Amino acid sequence: MNQLIISAATEGAEAANPLVPNLWEMGVVLAGFAVLFFIVVKFVVPMFEKTFAERAEAIEGGIAKAEKAQAEASAALEEYKQQLTDARAEANRIREEARAEGAQILAELKEKAAAESARITAQAHVQIESERQAAVVSLRSEVGTLATTLAGRIVGETLEDDARAARVVDRFLADLESQNAGVAK
Amino acid sequence: MHLPAILPWGAADGFSKQMLLVILSVVIIATFFVLAARKQQLVPGKLQFAGEAAYGFVRNSIAKDIIGGRDFIKYVPLLFSLFFFILVNNIYGAIPLIQLPSFSHVGGAYVLAAIVYVTWIGIGIKKNGLRYFKLATVPSGVPVYILPIVIPIEIISNFLVRPVTHSLRLFATMLAGHLIVMIAGSGIEYLVMQENVLLKGTSVLVLAGAIAMYMLEALIMALQAYVFTLLTAIYIEGALHADSH
Repeated sequence: MNQLIISAATEGAEAANPLVPNLWEMGVVLAGFAVLFFIVVKFVVPMFEKTFAERAEAIEGGIAKAEKAQAEASAALEEYKQQLTDARAEANRIREEARAEGAQILAELKEKAAAESARITAQAHVQIESERQAAVVSLRSEVGTLATTLAGRIVGETLEDDARAARVVDRFLADLESQNAGVAK
Repeated sequence: MHLPAILPWGAADGFSKQMLLVILSVVIIATFFVLAARKQQLVPGKLQFAGEAAYGFVRNSIAKDIIGGRDFIKYVPLLFSLFFFILVNNIYGAIPLIQLPSFSHVGGAYVLAAIVYVTWIGIGIKKNGLRYFKLATVPSGVPVYILPIVIPIEIISNFLVRPVTHSLRLFATMLAGHLIVMIAGSGIEYLVMQENVLLKGTSVLVLAGAIAMYMLEALIMALQAYVFTLLTAIYIEGALHADSH
């Protein structure tokens, strides 16, 4: 068996130079490689490249989307902060205004109350004065009447003559007033 | 050195085991990658992930890193086909019962090297016109009096030796690996049949050596596929940027 293989091998070695190709084998390799190359160009590479491109796009698209969302979120945050600041300023302004307005109202009220009280006081003065005047007038006439009536009774003659009686009373009262003024002095 | 054909059985020229393996390799590679690439999911399954990793290796580690630029993608199909065609046909040598790397026959290696040779020269002419041959053979910055020596060397090394080494490197490593494993196998068989027990025992040493060589060969099979593809990428890059070399 061994002898057979060795002799076959040596015979083969004598028969063929390893550098001389078998033309049929070359043909098969050429045809086989051409078929493989065709399949690779037509199907394998385009399909893999498409997948790679889609994947790259999916990843980059995701990153872009995330960046956009981030930007939107920070813009919204900025807006809210701005609104908050505005609202605070507004609240402060309103508070200040209210304070000022309150103070003004208070001042007005005070002024009004003072004016009212002054007015009431003045009115009272006037009223008192007029009442006093009325009292003086009524007193004067009544006292005069009483005194004349009394004097008439005492004297026994009528002093019903008004004009004369009034003159007597006035004179008496004027004397009385001058007397009082002298005492006061 | 050629195995007898399987159809018709035992004939010197006919449909050989090696031809069957080459055709089988095309079926294996095409089926695997078409199935892996077909689903095109953004989150890949296991098969798609394996396919993408294999494709991405050739695309990024070879085509993109060596050729670069924006149009490296044009050369990915060629590099991808070469790498996996050679890889599968080499790995045959490490699979028990098959045990025949297709490129241990020189014909296939010649064909692939010729395809690459035509491709890079075509790219060079398309890119630079006929001036390409001047760019490829007259190195810039060399003193004029040395040019008569340099130009013939450049012509020989670039246009004559390059395709030969490209093909023979692949063929020779595959043949040598195949022979070593085969010889170790027959050596073990021979030693085991000896009458002398001590002599018979030495077959264990040969077995250990054969296993080590088998591992080494498996490494070289993958490495040669990578080297062949890498050199192809380097040649294409050289043709594309002939004016800057």
